[in-house]
Amino acid sequence: MEARSFVLRGVLAGAVAGVVAWLFSLVFAEPQIEAAIAYEEGRGAAEEALAVAAGAAPVGGAEEEVVSRGVQATLGLGIGMVGIGIALGLLFAVAYTLLHGRVALRPRVLALLVAGAGFLTLYATPFVKYPASPPAVGADETIGDRTALYLAMVIGSLVALAVAVVVARAVRARVGTWNAALIGGATYVALAAVLMAVLPGLGELTINAAAGGPRVAETPLPLRDPAGTIVFPGFDADVLYAFRVASISAQALLWGVLGLVFGALVERRLARTEPTVAAAS
Amino acid sequence: MTTAGAVTRAKATAVPASETLPWLLSAVIVGLVLYYFIGIDQGALSVFGDTSDVHELVHDARHFLGFPCH
Repeated sequence: MEARSFVLRGVLAGAVAGVVAWLFSLVFAEPQIEAAIAYEEGRGAAEEALAVAAGAAPVGGAEEEVVSRGVQATLGLGIGMVGIGIALGLLFAVAYTLLHGRVALRPRVLALLVAGAGFLTLYATPFVKYPASPPAVGADETIGDRTALYLAMVIGSLVALAVAVVVARAVRARVGTWNAALIGGATYVALAAVLMAVLPGLGELTINAAAGGPRVAETPLPLRDPAGTIVFPGFDADVLYAFRVASISAQALLWGVLGLVFGALVERRLARTEPTVAAAS
Repeated sequence: MTTAGAVTRAKATAVPASETLPWLLSAVIVGLVLYYFIGIDQGALSVFGDTSDVHELVHDARHFLGFPCH
């Protein structure tokens, strides 16, 4: 099989995974996103009422809507999920192609392994430090810092995995495959932990620390009037929890379907065009 | 599908780098560009200037996939 076959199958498997993740998101993400947007609007109104009470002129006029909520929650969500599925399918196919035939694993096992590595480095490890957050959690002013920090976690995780693989391969001849895999895993965890310890939490960013003291995250605290009475509650912890669990599930689904579909497609193709290879081994 | 065990290993056919390079390179580039537009564009950085059409269209997916968003 040549690279072309792998890349095209990566696109197909990624698109299928994206559609599955989209359907999942329609059911499990949108209720949380709607609740978060309702919170954002309610809080905005409460903040303005406080400002007006303090003597400021009312601002008036809602934020201009470029894309309607109806489109964002259905078509936009779908374009995003299928698009990211194809993007990840392409990157996945490249990693798979480089490993195919060089490791002693049958294609569908290798495909699941590569998908697991993608989930771990591109989503799960960054999530531990900077978890997915619904609207209203996250200040407009910090989007630049948050993007840079998130990408640092993504790239750092990829580097950590590369180092872990190199270490595991180097010690394999001496300690055996099982111990080498354990050492590689420990190396990855240690490097990721160092990275997380070094990078700042979002609540520690200067602008957030100035507003409410250093905290772990940007999750909105209760809004208080000058007397200290709570006039609007903090962000609903249940909504945040449900959103994050659904986010993890969607990514697991995305990578899982990508790996399974890709592996099945490659094995089917190999069985058709290279029967001698399949039969000989 | 083949029966289980019929395709056990495909160890014989590592893909040579020379023929595959154009495919792999373009896959990486297209993959990264897509990743960028869905995850990052028109938030911290913007290719098409000071608009937010791309950002707003994929807004929900961006939040849900874990990317930083407003």
